[in-house]
Amino acid sequence: MNPLLNLKRRILGFRQNHDDNATNKTIKVLNKIALVGSPNTGKSVLFNKLTGSYATVSNYPGTTVEVTRGRGKIGEKEFEVVDTPGTYSLLPITEDERVARTLLLEEKPDVVIQPIDAKNLERMLPLTLQLIEAGLPVILDLNMIDESEKLGMTINTLRLKEELGIPVVMTIATIGSGIKSLKEEIIKYSKTLKPRKTRYHTHIESALEKISSLLKNDYLLSKRTIGLLLLQKDPEIINLVKVGEKRFKLVEKVIFETQQKYSHSLNYIINRKRQWEAKGIASNVLTYPLNVKSTFSERLSRLMMNPLTGVPILLLVLYFGLYQFVGVFGAQTLVDFLEEVVFGKYFNPFIISLFKNLIPYLPIQTLFIGEYGIITLGVRYALALILPIVSTFFIAFSIIEDTGYLPRMALLIDRVFKKIGLNGRAVIPMILGLGCSTMATIVTRTLETRRERIIATFLLALAIPCSAQMGVLLGILSGNPLATLIWLILLIGVFLLIGFLTATLMPGEKPSFYMEIPPLRMPKLSNVLMKTYTRVEWYLKEVFPLFILGSILIWIGQMTGLFDLVLSALSYPVVWIGLPKEAAVAFLFGFFRRDYGAAGLYDLQQSGVLFGIPLVTAAVTLTLFVPCVAQFSVTIKERGIKTAVSIALFIVPFAFIVGFLLNLTLISLGVQL
Amino acid sequence: MELSEDAEEILEVLWTNSKRDGDLGSTLESIGQDRNDEAIKELIEYTLIKLSQNHVLLTSKGLSEAKTVIRRHRLAERLLVDVLEIEDVLVEDVACKFEHLIREGVEDNICILLGHPRVCPHGSPIPKGKCCLKRYDKASRIVVTLSQMESNQEGRIAYIHTKGSERLQKLMAMGITPGMQIHVIQRFLSYVFQIGHTQIAVDEEIAKEIFIIRTSS
Repeated sequence: MNPLLNLKRRILGFRQNHDDNATNKTIKVLNKIALVGSPNTGKSVLFNKLTGSYATVSNYPGTTVEVTRGRGKIGEKEFEVVDTPGTYSLLPITEDERVARTLLLEEKPDVVIQPIDAKNLERMLPLTLQLIEAGLPVILDLNMIDESEKLGMTINTLRLKEELGIPVVMTIATIGSGIKSLKEEIIKYSKTLKPRKTRYHTHIESALEKISSLLKNDYLLSKRTIGLLLLQKDPEIINLVKVGEKRFKLVEKVIFETQQKYSHSLNYIINRKRQWEAKGIASNVLTYPLNVKSTFSERLSRLMMNPLTGVPILLLVLYFGLYQFVGVFGAQTLVDFLEEVVFGKYFNPFIISLFKNLIPYLPIQTLFIGEYGIITLGVRYALALILPIVSTFFIAFSIIEDTGYLPRMALLIDRVFKKIGLNGRAVIPMILGLGCSTMATIVTRTLETRRERIIATFLLALAIPCSAQMGVLLGILSGNPLATLIWLILLIGVFLLIGFLTATLMPGEKPSFYMEIPPLRMPKLSNVLMKTYTRVEWYLKEVFPLFILGSILIWIGQMTGLFDLVLSALSYPVVWIGLPKEAAVAFLFGFFRRDYGAAGLYDLQQSGVLFGIPLVTAAVTLTLFVPCVAQFSVTIKERGIKTAVSIALFIVPFAFIVGFLLNLTLISLGVQL
Repeated sequence: MELSEDAEEILEVLWTNSKRDGDLGSTLESIGQDRNDEAIKELIEYTLIKLSQNHVLLTSKGLSEAKTVIRRHRLAERLLVDVLEIEDVLVEDVACKFEHLIREGVEDNICILLGHPRVCPHGSPIPKGKCCLKRYDKASRIVVTLSQMESNQEGRIAYIHTKGSERLQKLMAMGITPGMQIHVIQRFLSYVFQIGHTQIAVDEEIAKEIFIIRTSS
């Protein structure tokens, strides 16, 4: 759709819209609650408490990139609850902030709850003032009140309520405290409240008056807010008014003349005024002791951020969290147990004999229990190989995420990432990519520039193995430290080199890094488990159909002879990089899923076909090799077909060339593996 | 050389016009002067300007004097806005009076004090002085960039001067606004500082754009 038209539809509330509303009122029984606020203030936890369903919660700003919806009941009334990505202001910069504003505009929520981090009242109030200004029905929720109390702060909520003219509640959402009174406030919310009005400097006020009288259309936001956004030069709103208003020229003139009266940009003046207001309100309601004691978590935090101690801590976290827990415990101990004992001894023999007895027809038998059968291959790969690895990864990731360690990691790694055209913020998609690159590709949305998003997507497709793939490969390479080292160094090398080249070749603004560092928190077991569960569930839903589809396609291929044809075609590049012909199967699998391909290697290694130099070559080539179908389709969705195809066209030959060179180098150096 | 206020104003206008429209940018008419005005006579006497037909031209001596006048004016603005926190609308008037009080040599001290600011609050460039080129900072500075602060120092944000307006907006939305008290936690590998009860990390480029009045050392 024409984006401008779409925008117009979004922001303009035409008359008929209001009529619709009137008729809707009688039918509309479901009231809508929107959760809006700065990143990392507990919107998602609150969402879970209000709906009883689950949105991913973390101690990392910007985890929610999409709008999550759920239903909840308060007393007898049903509510729809909408969770939005974190936003610092109503003037959006990143895509996810845009999502939050659009939602407020489009959906006309009956109540808007703004949870804030109570200890940062002063910093969070400017957004409250903006929401009030926009004419939205706001309830302010002082969340994480336990943390502010721990700092010795007290907040006079009665006074705050008076100052703002809106309901104010206190909660500790993670343990459910205060949720009841929040629900009561939602139920009894009335539009007769008299919210505070921020008065700006005289010239701004008179400009707002002039603009309001010039605007003839009806908008979903108050005209005052539209005026303020115009003065702040919001490109979306300017475009909208340009298209929709006959007297736009006059509006433009007002903006220009007002700007002339100030030495700073109007945006700066307006924001500073809100900041002053917030400061004033905060000083009226807030008391706290001057000397804040240095707590244990604060001292630990400093150690994590100081490079001298921080880098070793980072390496320890990666070694124990990823290598030991996921690579060794998940990919070896658990996989071996499931593969050999559960499937090898009990499940497979049982299923095979069951099928042989039930269905005497050989082709059907092959479909289910043959070499590439749905059950013997698809289900086994998914449950015995992939499930334990992915679960251990997400447990580790959730713990790291909930402690608040990730932003500290980001600030340590920022300088390295700058060299490859990214900034520290990209540490999230990259680490998440070690779990599931498809998920990570979606999360690249939180990066600010298009250039960064493309580079991150590209590197995720090329050099970041997902947990299942990595786990299986680590399992295969285990017992051979030199081989593991070669694999690791080569991957890091490719990641940095290709990142550096892309960043050098690609035009665009250099990235900048700024990030809030949340306090360290003790992760809650229930939250970690819940989060792991949702992520693994998402993952399996993604994997299962593809594994089964893979088995079916191979079966069809075998029946028609196509399978062998493709295999023999693929065997050329495979032999060319020094691998046995049989390895072609793994690469064919790799087209479906990265981990599927790795699992194919696993079988080859177990049966003794693959070892030594060819094994390392295969591991490296397969890691670099095409992104799986899911990641590819997400890349198309997020970055467009052109980018996705160019990425794939680069990667396939590149992977084989690297494999070829590696094989050649290792052989000519006479390396013994 | 003691110029009258009017003469200094004329120099400023001539300099601004020549930057915008070239050397022939000013006529007596366009700057609203008459060749018999006292100020014009004064400037001719000091060989700061010459008249060629109707055009008013700055001599090379006049050019450097005009630069100094502009520099004083814009430094005065910075001082008023950042340190004395005079309200924006008043700045222009006060600055005009203030600049004439700043005599030669004094502007360099102000410049050092303010950490050699590159632009005035309106965003116009401030001509460099001797002190900026030599970078000798005998007088200890009041205004420094975040990147020049040491760990554990405290200060109040004076102003933020970013390359793009989007970044300014983002920083302000995060609560990094003029007047906020900050405490520097570390400088390497990223700059980390405390503002209110929140810690924020930024890279060096941004740290160079945040100007701070030091309150402790």
